[in-house]
Amino acid sequence: MKKDNDKVLKRILKYTKPYGHLLLFALLFTIASVSMTLYAPVLVGKGVDLIVSEGNVDFEGLYPLLIRLGIVIALASLSRWLAERCTNKVSHNTARDIRIQAFKRLHILPLKYIDSGRHGDFLSRVITDVNQVSDGLLMGFSQLFNGIITIIGTIVFMLSMDFRITVIVVLVTPLSLFVANFVAKNTYHMFKLRSETMGELTSLVEEMTGNLKTVKAFGYEKEAQKRFEEINSRLRKHGLRAVFFSSITNPCTRFVNGVVYTSVGIAGALLAIKGAISVGQLSAFLNYANQYTKPFNEISGVIAELQSAFASAKRVFDIIDEEPQTPDPEDAVCLDRPDGSVVIKDVSFSYRPDIKLIENLNLTVKPGQRIAIVGPTGSGKTTVINLLMRFYDVDKGEIIVSGYPVKKIKRDSLRSAYGMVLQDTWLKTGTVRENIAYGKPDATDEEIENAAKAARADSFIRRLPKGYDTLVSDNDKISEGEKQLLSIARVMLTSPPMLILDEATSSVDTRTEINIQKAFDKMMEGRTSFVVAHRLSTIREADCILVMNKGKIVEQGTHEELLKKEGFYANLYYSQFDI
Amino acid sequence: MFKLIKYLKGYIKESIIGPLFKFLEACFELIVPLVMASIIDIGIANNDTSFILKRGAFMVLLGFLGLVCSLTAQYFAAKAALGFGTALRNEMFSHIHSLSYSDIDKIGTSTLITRITSDINHAESGVNLILRLFLRSPFIVIGAFVMAFYLHAKLTLIFLAVTLLISAVIYVIMTKSIPLYKGIQSKLDTVSLITRENLTGVRVIRAFSRQKDEIERFEDTTCELTKNQIRVGNISASLNPLTYAILNLGIVAVLRFGGIAVDIGDITQGELIALINYMSQILLALIALANLIVTISRASASAIRINEVFSLKPSMTEKSVSDVKEASSDPDTPKVEFRNVSFSYNGTEASLSNVSFQARKGETVGIIGGTGSGKTTLVNLIPRFYDASEGEVLIDGKNVTEYPFSELRKKVSVVPQKAVLFRGTVRENMKWGKRDATDEEIYKALEIAQAKDFVNDLQGGLDAMIMQGGKNLSGGQRQRLTIARALTVQPEILILDDSASALDFATDARLRRALSTRTKGMTVFIVSQRASAIKNADKILVLDNGKPVGIGRHEELLRSCPVYREICLSQLSEDEVSKA
Repeated sequence: MKKDNDKVLKRILKYTKPYGHLLLFALLFTIASVSMTLYAPVLVGKGVDLIVSEGNVDFEGLYPLLIRLGIVIALASLSRWLAERCTNKVSHNTARDIRIQAFKRLHILPLKYIDSGRHGDFLSRVITDVNQVSDGLLMGFSQLFNGIITIIGTIVFMLSMDFRITVIVVLVTPLSLFVANFVAKNTYHMFKLRSETMGELTSLVEEMTGNLKTVKAFGYEKEAQKRFEEINSRLRKHGLRAVFFSSITNPCTRFVNGVVYTSVGIAGALLAIKGAISVGQLSAFLNYANQYTKPFNEISGVIAELQSAFASAKRVFDIIDEEPQTPDPEDAVCLDRPDGSVVIKDVSFSYRPDIKLIENLNLTVKPGQRIAIVGPTGSGKTTVINLLMRFYDVDKGEIIVSGYPVKKIKRDSLRSAYGMVLQDTWLKTGTVRENIAYGKPDATDEEIENAAKAARADSFIRRLPKGYDTLVSDNDKISEGEKQLLSIARVMLTSPPMLILDEATSSVDTRTEINIQKAFDKMMEGRTSFVVAHRLSTIREADCILVMNKGKIVEQGTHEELLKKEGFYANLYYSQFDI
Repeated sequence: MFKLIKYLKGYIKESIIGPLFKFLEACFELIVPLVMASIIDIGIANNDTSFILKRGAFMVLLGFLGLVCSLTAQYFAAKAALGFGTALRNEMFSHIHSLSYSDIDKIGTSTLITRITSDINHAESGVNLILRLFLRSPFIVIGAFVMAFYLHAKLTLIFLAVTLLISAVIYVIMTKSIPLYKGIQSKLDTVSLITRENLTGVRVIRAFSRQKDEIERFEDTTCELTKNQIRVGNISASLNPLTYAILNLGIVAVLRFGGIAVDIGDITQGELIALINYMSQILLALIALANLIVTISRASASAIRINEVFSLKPSMTEKSVSDVKEASSDPDTPKVEFRNVSFSYNGTEASLSNVSFQARKGETVGIIGGTGSGKTTLVNLIPRFYDASEGEVLIDGKNVTEYPFSELRKKVSVVPQKAVLFRGTVRENMKWGKRDATDEEIYKALEIAQAKDFVNDLQGGLDAMIMQGGKNLSGGQRQRLTIARALTVQPEILILDDSASALDFATDARLRRALSTRTKGMTVFIVSQRASAIKNADKILVLDNGKPVGIGRHEELLRSCPVYREICLSQLSEDEVSKA
């Protein structure tokens, strides 16, 4: 655990490096503020000495002293303020950098990780855990600095007064550090457990609340509530432990402080009887004993906070450490003008090693051909597209686009060679216009509207409250079909050399579909296209129909050829007239 | 914040014991300096070693008692606070789930998620701190005041001025920072929205190579968030130095005026030192208070957001079981009836206008029409996901608003367009429909939904794990599972809302055949774009822009309804159309 913590700490400190100068300032300001703070009681003591008794007050000496005291106080608070501003900036900026790095990871991780991960968990790491880190850093920097410097300063002041009592103070105080350390060690795991349970809870909330409509459709509310309450009660249990055990540090160290104070009092009093020190010095000592032990209190509080910050940081670093997809090789090419030829050679692929999916797939596509992929659900159609787009890498064999093996092509370049419309539409939060221009952010309004017209989306967009400037968010009434139209417009605008349509129009009514089809036909002229569809009307015109079943291509040919064959495809085709 | 106090209800004992023991601890702590003073005044003055040792032991005892009290306080405070958070979370979760579809449309789910997690966490630690520390500071401030007044009434004015000044500072800082904390929380909402969006849209983002822009968008928002955080942080950072300065200037004043008081013999030197000590004690207490304020203001900003959710009253009311009217048992009563139903989402534009039709027990009703023609809206009114704006929707002759939700959900089962599955085994997902479904019932449903074969092929069969959102299944597999899930309910009315769109024709046809032969007496609504999917229905309802433009059988409609004819011809060849 200790090693873990050290590693995490080192990494966090690495992130603070760019703000090293601010940290240095913070340190300097803290030193200034602490020395002023320690100096003030000395001045107060001197002031008291000038006010002895009735008629015996040295006003001449008192007033300049008070002015000096005022200046010291002003400087102490000013430097304290500056120090806090510095640490504030460092911790929030550091947290920001960590957060951004974690987010960046999201875009270079293999899709496998994202498809299998729990989105809620990822979210809670990027949001809650990073917050915890910044809280921890803030406390760590401001109070840890302050505390350590106060301790050193007080030792120096005490040593200058009496050696023996200083030794007592220095010997007894580590007790509180020992207690704090003991507690910290034991709470680390509790905090980790709590964070994990919180992640689990967030996951559930994400799933249930995110799909609230389905939950309600099945009257699953009670069940969801039960599951939620179960996790919630576990969270309470773990949370109670973590919170309580971390909070006992403070009273324990305060108790140790009491012991220190008493020891100084007794030792001092005994020495005073012997005449070794004066009563005035004793009271100064008591004052400093308090000054000295207080930071230990704070430090132990900080340690508790740091524990939970470390546990959170580790969860964030776990994301950052997740193995990214193999980067594009140095000599990867950029497809300048892809000719549209695609060769799939002996490709095998499966999502899980124990369940084979695609085996020895072979296909040669000439430039400009339209390839339709049909087959029962689960036969691997979408998987072929995952491989073409290089969302997943093949296990065996290779795919060659425009004469280059895809592994030798820059991913971005490969992907922008395709225009893709998926069945699962995804729109970002933003205006309709921004969404259509997603693939070509510099498109003119005219281009955008033309694309929308081609996708038959223009008329419904104009009916929206603010037309093209209507905001698309996750809770509005744009239907699935309309979303598909928008994602088609998005591709129409980029006019890529190759097209991939995976059930692109499944939620669009057929009259509209026919119109879109015409636009696609025009667009697909001379472009290679891959079309996954169930509507046989869409498929009939293809140059080549791939019939897939259980991950293999079982038949291949044109509509007429395949009907003549009276095989799998013919069966599929005639079944639509059943019943 | 105070509105939330009711969630401490079950923890009244803990919320009293916590602060009480904290108070005791504070008292013990206040005695210690007095004991020390007696050591100096009596022990040293009289050279009495045994007195010093006895008093020293007494001080250790006080410390120990303080420790015990404090531990007790911490424990009860933590217990109360976490109990509070847990109760609040449960309540909020159940409140969210009581909201209707249109309420959910209004707020959006992503902000609900941050509110139930991060905001409640803030509120929870706020309560913990209040119980533990917040009350302690006023005890000490008041105690110190009383002592100062007892020593010298006029000098207490300085105390008063100092305390008022510090309170003013705290007040100003709090009122300035609370709205800012609220702003931070809503920025955090945006950060979480972007993250979520990027997780779900990862394919599209990569397909368009927009990673850099998304990262930039995230960076911009995060930087704004950070800027806001630093701003609030800087405001809070002025709190400590300001209180320190005010208080120490107070000590300067005490020295100045105390000096005069000593000079004229009002107080002694020792009493002056005592006054300074009390001033320091106030400082310590107020600093502790000030430090808490950051947490407290964050907590109360979160509390406001939590209350916003609670103030959202579900817009749909449920009839309780007791005042439910008997459904008609007359066999001639139509199973489902729409009487002049109109509906609009926002109150202005009608999404559905003046729809009337009847469906009998065991009938299959097809609903067809273009995108945005109101098909989904129509079927959503049957299970009362939304309430009709005008007209009535009846099931068994009784208005749907007269049914309790649980009964309605048992009668009507919907398979929505978007196939949503949940993390868990296939069996767990199937049991959503019926909690106590047997494997036999589940298999029957899977068989009708044409899902039995592929489920059997999955490793583990019914025990195979489904990932969140069903990511490890194909679109068609997901749809069939959601259909099977609806079938396990064994509903009287089944609604398939374009839920076979990802199925190939053969599977779709088998599914429809199984539905018509194996679910006797079930009234089935099929919403579809495919003419082939509905042309054999007993009744076909054709919608165009929210208006019914034709009701009847396939052959009738082909003749009488131009919209229907156009739809059919767009999908099937002339030959194929007449083949039916």
